[in-house]
Amino acid sequence: MAKPRKPKATTSARRQRPAPAQSSRAARRGAKPLEQASCERFLLHEARLLDEARFDDWLALFTPDGWYWVPSEPGQDNPHDTVSLIYDDRRLLETRVRRLASPRIYSQEPRSRTSRIIGNVSVEESSTHACTVRSKFVMIEYRRESQRLFAGTAFHRLVQADGGIRIASKRVDLVNCDSPLDGIVVPF
Amino acid sequence: MTVLDNELSRLIAPGRVHRRLYTDPTIFELEMQRIFEAAWVYIGHESQVKKPGDYFATQMGRKPVVLVRDGDGKLRVIRNQCAHRGALVVAIEKGNAPEFTCCYHGWTYHLDGRLKAVPLNHGYPQGFDPTDPKLAMLQVPRVKSYRGFVFASGKSEGPALEEWLGHMTSSLDDMIDRAPEGEIEVAGGVFRHAYDGNWKVYFENLCDAAHPLFTHRSSIEAAQQQSDDVHSDGTGEIAIRQMRQNGAPYSFWESQVGIWTYPNGHSYLGDYHDDSKLVAALKDPVFREYIAALEQNKGKAETKRVLEVRRWNSNIYPNVSLMSQFQQLRVVHPIAVNRTVVHTYNFRLKGAPEQMFRNTISFANIVNGTGSLVLTDDLEIYNRLEMGMSSEGAEWLQIGRGYQSDVPDTHGGRRGKNSTSEVYIRNMLDAWLGLMTDRQVAPARAAS
Repeated sequence: MAKPRKPKATTSARRQRPAPAQSSRAARRGAKPLEQASCERFLLHEARLLDEARFDDWLALFTPDGWYWVPSEPGQDNPHDTVSLIYDDRRLLETRVRRLASPRIYSQEPRSRTSRIIGNVSVEESSTHACTVRSKFVMIEYRRESQRLFAGTAFHRLVQADGGIRIASKRVDLVNCDSPLDGIVVPF
Repeated sequence: MTVLDNELSRLIAPGRVHRRLYTDPTIFELEMQRIFEAAWVYIGHESQVKKPGDYFATQMGRKPVVLVRDGDGKLRVIRNQCAHRGALVVAIEKGNAPEFTCCYHGWTYHLDGRLKAVPLNHGYPQGFDPTDPKLAMLQVPRVKSYRGFVFASGKSEGPALEEWLGHMTSSLDDMIDRAPEGEIEVAGGVFRHAYDGNWKVYFENLCDAAHPLFTHRSSIEAAQQQSDDVHSDGTGEIAIRQMRQNGAPYSFWESQVGIWTYPNGHSYLGDYHDDSKLVAALKDPVFREYIAALEQNKGKAETKRVLEVRRWNSNIYPNVSLMSQFQQLRVVHPIAVNRTVVHTYNFRLKGAPEQMFRNTISFANIVNGTGSLVLTDDLEIYNRLEMGMSSEGAEWLQIGRGYQSDVPDTHGGRRGKNSTSEVYIRNMLDAWLGLMTDRQVAPARAAS
């Protein structure tokens, strides 16, 4: 699992991901490559948004064709041929975030509280406009008198767009992805 | 046991069930013997053990067993326990092995469970005989495959598998008939859910047409508000369509879905999709390609017949539920009176377009995914049922919806005149009482 793997392109036209428009814009502007420190700051910012349940702001970090993926198997090759704990294209991610704000989301009654630590951040691959960042996380989720502990590795594909950093994709490999688990509602 | 038998009978009444069925550890222990060691219990699918030596370690009720194809190609279900000191022998979920060896003292077993070799065997007392059939990874007495679906029973006598399944064989047939080449295989990984509640409440939710509109409101509303102009690679499209379907009005759930029940606790809910993609999806190019493959292999008339079978969940008591139309299968593993684990699988239809399997995966993620926007609310219900029932509040739970309007049906069945009838719960409890009090088949309809 040394490298994040992008889902394979498929023969179906509607599954082909358009090339991110941001990249050419970023290149035209002559943006500097993303550095480790700014990637790290970005990940901490993202973790804070999630811990503070600011899910709309979290969603806004993703590119218009960004995707979010939590595989069900260690080393899972792609989200299309094997089930995933979560695999959201942008459309489903928007629905997920909208549901999180619903007063009728019974699986969040009472709401979870989370606390995350992000560490071991490394830039794995970098070009002028994009990079892949690998990081470790530990997250405690507290809900209804019990705590769950999650840990794993995240792979962010970060791009420079609109004067900031955006998530083109995020893959989260849980160490216990294939364990029996109660529902996962709050994103990692 | 007679006293307890009488006690058990008193826990079920027409249209009512006592909460003890879901909260009493003594009853749970008895269920493990009298239901999970007596009834035909689903073990796995033959495609999980294709070649001699292929094995799949699972549970029969709470007990660890191994489904294995032996050297002669015969299917066996053996207890996953060494005959020496009792350790679990097979510790990995699946693989291929020429024999099984216990990691403690090296006792080695043939694939059919017979003891093959014992290291240091001179040290055992006189009369120690490694060929004694009791010194084995013991075979579960009856193992039978229905067209690839493997069931086992801990009882050496009783109704044959097909007799037990009755009309539900038609749901298993439907799963296979949908494959253009007439073959299916387990593929695409597995979800494993856990909740702090009784195993029975899971089954009692799967045919419940009255809950989606309420329980799943958050995902229904979020999906209804979702713009379809936003980028999707196909995954969100399938998921959002499913969530919107859950939002069909009560009038639809009551009159158009359909609920059928059959002897031995089995039932199925009719399908509720008005869908142009996954079901009879004539406009979808992938589905058109699929229909062409079906017609080429089976002819037009048979293809029409196959596609007209439209079922949502088919529940085969006591531990397996399938969605033949969507190639899903769920297996319930009771862990304790208040703890249950469910494994869900997908099937690949041989001869169907590859994209169709990918649609199956997207569908699985939304209906069975651990992080699904839908299933997470069902899991919450299972947890809350346990919390509520153990509150010492209402003793008797209501399962009387449709009680006075259900009607007899073919194949010894009974169906709800109204699709939201709880007839499927009453039917399961009739079977429950039959098994728990060790009568041959469901006795006089206790709950219904």
